[in-house]
Amino acid sequence: MTEEIIIAGFGGQGVLSMGKILAYSGIMENKEVSWMPSYGPEMRGGTANVIVIISDERISSPILNEFDTAIILNQQSMDKFENTVKPGGLLLYDPNGITNHPKRKDITIATIEGAKESSILKTNKTANMIVLGAFLKLHPVVKMVNVHKGLEKSLPQRHHHMIPINEKAITIGMEKLKIIQDLRKVATMN
Amino acid sequence: MKEAILMKGNEAMAEAAIRAGADAYFGYPITPQSEVIEYLMHEEPQKRTGMVVLQAESELAAINMVYGAGACGKRVMTSSSSPGISLKSEGISYMAGSEIPCLIVNVMRGGPGLGTIQPGQSDYFQATKGGGHGDYRLIVLAPSTVQEMADFVDLSFKLAFKYRNPAMILSDGAIGQMMEKVYLPEQKERLSNEKIIELYGDWATTGKTANRERNIITSLDLKPERQEIHNIHLQEKYKMIEENETRYEEIRCEDAEYIMVAFGTSARLCQKVIQLGREKGLKLGLLRPITLWPFPKKPITDYAEKVKGFLSVEMNAGQMVEDILLAVEGKAPVEHYGRMGGMIASPSEILQALEEKLISNN
Repeated sequence: MTEEIIIAGFGGQGVLSMGKILAYSGIMENKEVSWMPSYGPEMRGGTANVIVIISDERISSPILNEFDTAIILNQQSMDKFENTVKPGGLLLYDPNGITNHPKRKDITIATIEGAKESSILKTNKTANMIVLGAFLKLHPVVKMVNVHKGLEKSLPQRHHHMIPINEKAITIGMEKLKIIQDLRKVATMN
Repeated sequence: MKEAILMKGNEAMAEAAIRAGADAYFGYPITPQSEVIEYLMHEEPQKRTGMVVLQAESELAAINMVYGAGACGKRVMTSSSSPGISLKSEGISYMAGSEIPCLIVNVMRGGPGLGTIQPGQSDYFQATKGGGHGDYRLIVLAPSTVQEMADFVDLSFKLAFKYRNPAMILSDGAIGQMMEKVYLPEQKERLSNEKIIELYGDWATTGKTANRERNIITSLDLKPERQEIHNIHLQEKYKMIEENETRYEEIRCEDAEYIMVAFGTSARLCQKVIQLGREKGLKLGLLRPITLWPFPKKPITDYAEKVKGFLSVEMNAGQMVEDILLAVEGKAPVEHYGRMGGMIASPSEILQALEEKLISNN
């Protein structure tokens, strides 16, 4: 199993930390992982993206131009990455702020209202975890017990009191996900 | 079993320096390797091992601090990125001349000049053929994983002290910035002066004892006869390093018809290219130099008899390809593919270049 994922949005939306939690969860599950961020001027006020790979095998290139999954949090990233999803792959996005919705017919498309659901939780800091939950529902690449361990490892000790609300956010994401177009084979449904 | 953790290449290298029992780090921040000094400052190794960490006022100051501490037989390290290494090159030449062991890390970015802060590999010539003036060589190691960023710190110190020569880790912005699973090495003790003398001899300025003359650490000798003898000694040492310390990794070379030669981030891209190529029935392999100097000439010469061609994949205009051409000795076609200025090729783009340059043309 190898899952190649791009996560993209604005700086501040928690793109890099979502990737880090996912990668750390992969390590907790004894998998090989890589986390390759955009860095430098791209990070400062512009778009942020990170390529996360989780695999049972040694990871070849941490830098890729096509992905099994794209997790998209803003329009610029949608424009840039819609066409990088492999045929049969997954595009998961937060429709908040998206004006041009994806048009691909050969991929699974799903939405999750991360920003909206996070505001219901009276915080804007869990939107990324809500989106992560939706992704894990669609592609359960790591077990929840390992996501918990991943959160413990990724968050500094002083933020550990935030773990329960992050886990709640993940559960909300799993529940509130909407599948727009489903190309997943029956075998991968469970 | 040791615990696997997720770390950036730059951070893993900084932690590995503390654990290698390094005595000092002198540096000056520059993207994309500022995490090295940031991590060390935050970690406060002076409280853990007594290791000194100091942000110098400039790259020139930093490299000359390395010279001073290295002359005392201490395990000293500095790191920078391309433009900073240019500034340090005078000091590096002096240390090569004075035979001072040390570790210099270059987390390369695109050049020339200030260039860009995105990853590059255009300092291959600088690292392997000089950079500074004079007939000298650095031992140059090229990590291609975060694990190797950590592992090569101790290895560099070992080689540097074994041969009394500066060693360099030549990395790039991608390996420095990315996070991977890493197993950190065990903590080693810093060495006392007595231990330094026991292990490496009494060449360093560890304090004059009654039983020997004073040690003078200098690269200056105005008598050309003596300077030539010194140069001959250096060349003999370099020959010994070439014979004993060449390192490389082969991936799927055993049945390969086409071999890519790449190091660092490019070597990672090429591992994906092998996968994409083999899905199409192309027998591709990768020869990854781990030491860029000494360069793994012999395995390339040997493969030149067996394969249909070599593709050098570098994030530059074609630098290592010159060493491949020398190794191949005209026995097989050698091509180069590279992106410049901080751009990174995609694996599919590299595969296309390989097909166009080596397969369609034949």
